[in-house]
Amino acid sequence: MIDILFWALAVVSVASGVAVFVVDSMARATYALAVSFIAVGIMLVMVGLEYIGIITILMMVMEMAIMAVYMVMFMGMNPALMPMDMTHNKRWSAVLAMGTFVLLAAGALLIPWPARVGAPAVDLVASLGEAIMGPKMLAMLTISPVLFATIIAGLVIVNPRGRYDRWGDDLKHRPPNDPLRGGLGQ
Amino acid sequence: MSEPIVQVSPAWAVLAPLALLLFALAGAGLNGALVARSVGRPGRSGASAPLAQVARLLRQRRQVTVAADVLLWRIGAGGLVVVAILKILVIPLGPWTLADLDVGVVWFNTMDVMIWALFWLIGWGANSAHSLVGGYRFLSLAVSYELPLMFALITPAVAARSLRVGDVVAAQHDLWFVIWMPVAFVIFCGSVIAFSSWGPFATAVGRDIAGGFLTDVSGVDRLLILTGRYAVLTAGAAFAVPLFLGGGGGALLPDWLWSIVKTALVLAAFVAIRHRVPTIRPDRFAEVAWIIVLPAALLQVLVVAIIVVGS
Repeated sequence: MIDILFWALAVVSVASGVAVFVVDSMARATYALAVSFIAVGIMLVMVGLEYIGIITILMMVMEMAIMAVYMVMFMGMNPALMPMDMTHNKRWSAVLAMGTFVLLAAGALLIPWPARVGAPAVDLVASLGEAIMGPKMLAMLTISPVLFATIIAGLVIVNPRGRYDRWGDDLKHRPPNDPLRGGLGQ
Repeated sequence: MSEPIVQVSPAWAVLAPLALLLFALAGAGLNGALVARSVGRPGRSGASAPLAQVARLLRQRRQVTVAADVLLWRIGAGGLVVVAILKILVIPLGPWTLADLDVGVVWFNTMDVMIWALFWLIGWGANSAHSLVGGYRFLSLAVSYELPLMFALITPAVAARSLRVGDVVAAQHDLWFVIWMPVAFVIFCGSVIAFSSWGPFATAVGRDIAGGFLTDVSGVDRLLILTGRYAVLTAGAAFAVPLFLGGGGGALLPDWLWSIVKTALVLAAFVAIRHRVPTIRPDRFAEVAWIIVLPAALLQVLVVAIIVVGS
């Protein structure tokens, strides 16, 4: 029963992944991808990764909801509102896809995989976390402020309306020049 | 009181949607009564209005717009009730719960994010301008309420040191979380009202855009959407009980009855607030949400985390 459900979900995830390129509408393509992610999320729950599975569904549905907005917005001349083909550059994509598949499949088949040494840990999740985070905690602690600073710097650079736009060159303009009226008057 | 939460047989899952729909109907009845009183008619005449509307919508013929994306439209319309039912799976009724998930709090949050997709799909599917504006408005509101809601949801989880709803209830044995995390409670309630597109946050179905994503839905679809809105409002009210209001804990009455009484009171407050608070524009609310509400939610988590670590 569980096996059947698992395989059904696997089929759903692949089929809706294919549907992303078959359907003729931006909205359908986006939400076909969301369905694929939901199926994968449930499969993750089924293999015992409850948190990761449910959070996958959460993040991906949220992301697709926002992505649909951007896909429609950035599509030139707005064909996104009309039926359109989701594929382009078909010949080269097919060549690339087949090539990648052959390469990876050949690698998987031809590599002399090592035999397993040792036994799996009792608590797989905990030991996985240890393996990933344990010795690399210092690197993580260094990287995270750098990443955070990068995000802040990026926002500062692209900010279209900084404090000088709002409060004037001498920062004395009151009330601030707010293109969106209301809110807190910022 | 306050027995440990146990998972009951899945057979009971048949009753859960019935209970949810009864609550939703009661909420709609209360809303009808309040509307009737506000126009000077006796409240009783309005309380039965939802039943009349159900009958009317069941008989109404579906109107179809030109080049509607019917598949996505129907998914959006039908999905709301489903999401509300999935939400209540992790909400305990007194000592009983249908699914005692390790990550019940995250489950509720995930189902709430589903509503983003569903409301946008309803707005998109009709292929009509006002409907689409409604869908977009909901998403713009969603990016304002969602982060504060997430932090409001994890605040009780931090205090209980667990994402399991049963543990959160057990952690309130001595003191309800609403007492020492009132900010999180208020943010949670506001977000529930927002994700139900209700009351002050109902701009996605606003009158200024001719009903928003409800503009072109008719017949059974409309019935499902309106029912779904009340159902997610009910599920939100029901989740406030184990999260902040001590679950089934209380004097004299049995635990399951306390759960029902508290849910009913919270739901009544949610319904009534629609008639007390004016509509808030999503574009103005965004600034308030990010500058005031989100930092307030973070401070609340910080305070709770310090208390929990210190104790």
